[in-house]
Amino acid sequence: MNTLTSLLSISLGMILVENIIFSQCLGICPFMGVSKKMDTAIGMGLAVIFVMTVASAVTWLVNEYLLAGLQYMQTVAFILVIAALVQLIEMFLQKMVPALYSALGIYLPLITTNCAVLGVALNNVGSTFAEAVVRGLTGGVGFTVAIVLFAAVRGRLEFAECPRCFEGFPIALISAGLIALAFMGFQGLSVFG
Amino acid sequence: MNAKQIMKDGLFYQNPVLVQLLGMCSCMAVTTTLFNGLGMGLSVTAILICSNVVISLLRRLIPSKIRIAAYIVIIAGFVTMVDLLLQAFLPALSNSLGVFIPLIVVNCIILGRAEAFASKNGVAASALDGLFQGLGYTMVTVVMSVIRELLGNGTFGAGVFGDGIRLIPAGYPALLMILPFGGFLTLGCLIAFSQWALKKRQEKEGAK
Repeated sequence: MNTLTSLLSISLGMILVENIIFSQCLGICPFMGVSKKMDTAIGMGLAVIFVMTVASAVTWLVNEYLLAGLQYMQTVAFILVIAALVQLIEMFLQKMVPALYSALGIYLPLITTNCAVLGVALNNVGSTFAEAVVRGLTGGVGFTVAIVLFAAVRGRLEFAECPRCFEGFPIALISAGLIALAFMGFQGLSVFG
Repeated sequence: MNAKQIMKDGLFYQNPVLVQLLGMCSCMAVTTTLFNGLGMGLSVTAILICSNVVISLLRRLIPSKIRIAAYIVIIAGFVTMVDLLLQAFLPALSNSLGVFIPLIVVNCIILGRAEAFASKNGVAASALDGLFQGLGYTMVTVVMSVIRELLGNGTFGAGVFGDGIRLIPAGYPALLMILPFGGFLTLGCLIAFSQWALKKRQEKEGAK
């Protein structure tokens, strides 16, 4: 398979077929936490795209050049890189792009404990640099697609009637499950595989 | 705080998954067989006890400005230990949990307990809190995996007792319950049940 085809297949996979939320079950906490309003969902999605792309590139480089022979330190090294990176990006944006900084607001620091970022970084072990960056970027896009779709559904849930004990969180989880069911329809799309 | 209260909080009233709504990713992703659910629950419990004890011991030494980074490094150290131990002694579990073992680092339960309990309480209380919060989590993963394995695969205890005890004949179970949809559905119903039960109890106490 040539490079472009494999990159295309990764993109299609990460956005639809193997969506981070609906098929890999990663990053559920921020997904449930900040999907109550559409604008916060979009903010979180953008922040995740940004951090996940940069984190994928940096952790790939760290793994390739710093951790040769020290593979057992992967978990510790990756989480430190991600935590430091989030802090760095936060400071950089605050100084250089204050508009974007205020738009992303509190969502940036929250990303440190988003398991999707670490999950993608760990999955990148063994792929090429270009594949790692594309996987990070499209993984973030997949997360954004999922959270924006879900925010729209959740807006309507507020006015829906349901049994009292299902109100709030449980009914939201079950709706997310139904979206996951719909996303299973994309399984047929693995045309490059 | 007394031991009995810590136990009740961890298992029921402040259950990490059902009431605090933390650590849902791993709860949904790995609970497809009893073996995976139990293995994940016990790994998290072990890490939670260790990290709570160490963080409680160091609580006066860690400057509050960099405490989160310090906690994460401590937790990541224990996660790496458990990861390597599982690879060495339980390769089957390590294979089937895969990337979700290193992902325990970002399981919000562990960081949450470090911040909310271990950084403010003594060593013994923190160890107990870690044990019972961990068992509360294990309880949820075990219940979820039993339900999902039964409905999705028709067996009970696959991996623990050989291929498991077949309760529903092959061909009938809904594979869907093993997929992420089943995870969302089962967890949603469990949380709804716990909300119902906690409300019932409140009403009862109100009546007294």
